[in-house]
Amino acid sequence: MRQFPISRRFATGLIAGAAAVAAVFGAPFGVDGASTAQAQDLKVGFIYVGPIGDHGWSYRHNEGRLSIEKALGDKVATSYVESVSEGADAERVITQLASSGHNLIFTTSFGYMNPTLKVAKKFPNVKFEHATGYKRVDNLSTYSGRFYEGRYVQGVIAGMMTKTNVAGYVASFPIPEVVRGINSFIRGMRSVNPDATVKVVWVNSWYDPGKEGDAAKALIDQGADIISQHTDSPAPLQTAENRGVLGFGQASDMIKFAPKAQLTAIVDDWGPYYIQQAKAVLDGTWESMDTWAGLKEGMVAMAPFTNMPDDVAAKAQETLDMIKSGALHPFQGPVVNQAGEVVAEEGTVLDDGVLLGMNYYVEGVEGSLPK
Amino acid sequence: MDALTLLLLSVMTAATPLLLAALGELITEKSGVLNLGVEGMMIVGAVCAFAVSVSTGNAAAGIAAGAVAGAAMALIFGFLTLTMLANQVATGLALTIFGIGLSALIGKGYVGIAVAPLAKLHIPLLSDIPLLGPILFGQDALVYLSLLSVLAVYWFMKRTRAGLVLRAVGDSHEAAHAIGYSVIRIRYLAVLFGGAMAGLAGAYLSLAYTPLWAENMTAGRGWIALALVVFSTWRPGRLLAGAYLFGGITILQLHAQSAGWGVPSQIMSMLPYLATILVLVIISGDRAKIRLNAPACLGKVFHPAQ
Repeated sequence: MRQFPISRRFATGLIAGAAAVAAVFGAPFGVDGASTAQAQDLKVGFIYVGPIGDHGWSYRHNEGRLSIEKALGDKVATSYVESVSEGADAERVITQLASSGHNLIFTTSFGYMNPTLKVAKKFPNVKFEHATGYKRVDNLSTYSGRFYEGRYVQGVIAGMMTKTNVAGYVASFPIPEVVRGINSFIRGMRSVNPDATVKVVWVNSWYDPGKEGDAAKALIDQGADIISQHTDSPAPLQTAENRGVLGFGQASDMIKFAPKAQLTAIVDDWGPYYIQQAKAVLDGTWESMDTWAGLKEGMVAMAPFTNMPDDVAAKAQETLDMIKSGALHPFQGPVVNQAGEVVAEEGTVLDDGVLLGMNYYVEGVEGSLPK
Repeated sequence: MDALTLLLLSVMTAATPLLLAALGELITEKSGVLNLGVEGMMIVGAVCAFAVSVSTGNAAAGIAAGAVAGAAMALIFGFLTLTMLANQVATGLALTIFGIGLSALIGKGYVGIAVAPLAKLHIPLLSDIPLLGPILFGQDALVYLSLLSVLAVYWFMKRTRAGLVLRAVGDSHEAAHAIGYSVIRIRYLAVLFGGAMAGLAGAYLSLAYTPLWAENMTAGRGWIALALVVFSTWRPGRLLAGAYLFGGITILQLHAQSAGWGVPSQIMSMLPYLATILVLVIISGDRAKIRLNAPACLGKVFHPAQ
């Protein structure tokens, strides 16, 4: 090799150049493939808003990616790009995934909606899946989880476990997704404990462990003995553990952070949906659609019921089963809002349209909703 | 423990990391160096403290590692700005961005691991005094260290020869150089001290405040520490007051929300920052006061061959 230094460098350049050309023209080249599968019928790309190591949202999506690889083996290759901000960068990354031979691309944050739509129009032969959004075209589906169903089950547990009849809720931003969760939680709580109330503290951040922990402390200081959260770090639950009260994990099982305090946790389980959609592309049956799946479909799962007596665990399981079977809907009438007005009569259920735009508290929530 | 004690304890916890990091930056700035990389040094300190604490099972080793890691980051800053004479503002900003990325890399294997929170002191009888007991005698070691550091920094600057030299270097590096002081060496020491204190602040976050590692967990506290230094007009006593005021407002706004005061939470979240701006405006109104105490050479590059 020593006598041919130039030609060697030239050869390397040639290969790199060829790869670049191939990438530009959409040849199926494994640019950043995480798998080494040989006969790939399908290449699936993922884009995450946070690092895989967030132990929350992006972590769970990545678990979903790994389950595709496990289920479909050699037929698929998957790759991902993590920590992509929701601005212009997203469009570039999605375009790159689409032009490097991926036939199915999951964009896993609300803020990727418009970039995904734009790229989807440019690549009509590539299938796109956008999480938590609402814009669809022929090759762009949307999907999300009915996390509020899990929160109802948590509410039932909280209602039976509380001694002070006050639960604390560490909330991120006053958007429908979060408000729906608070409402579902207090409805679950009141279904077993009519005197229960929930106090809400908004930290105006998805992620600030220190502030989330401080918010939990403030709630506990004011009498809450159950802490629930809709922010991403384990800090509120950990604070509950240190203060000797109970709480719930968020997005993943957080029992390690609170072995004595975690009652259960909502676990996002994207795996089954991801496998189903990858199979649909392989079979040629993929169609653009909207999926909002919950406990029944398994997209929302619950961590084991811990730190509670058997009768509470049994009641929680019963509630879970009823929601799964459709016998119970967290927002079945009568639903009464904070002002005491009936928003859903007995025998009716708040429909998905109302739930998706929910911008009011139901009875039992203290304080007023920031507008 | 009654509600007031708990509230005061929360305030102290919120103020301690700010106080530690700001004290370090105060010394750095007094030597005439503006290091905007506090956030970056803090987060690297946090991850190293957590990693060492988990692998050795020894919290004291973790705290030491946090301080060393912060100082190591500061050494990079010192080399670039003092030896290579790079622009301090740009280098400081780069150090923050670098630190956030580096800490994520180091912390990859430590996400989702829990450690026991830093032990709190418990003196029988004394710690059990109502109200004051837990506050005065029931804190963890870093809280006491932060308070002792305020005294130490005050004494150092006002009462020692070394402190006088440090201020001289910050006020006129040329004069200090002319009478034979090694400006660069003194600034290196001040920068390293600043880094170590920021590292300690990070260690406090990942070992005591919220005993876990999570990416970007400093969440802007380094920047608040920087603002506090100006807020205090480079005086340790005022810095202490500022840190506790800031911590107090942060905690109070959360309490106000759960007590249902009906003030929009977004406005409450702005309160600490509004207070900072307000005090800055009030203090800056009296130009003489600021000029008296601000290091005249702050942020200026010193060329030894001058």
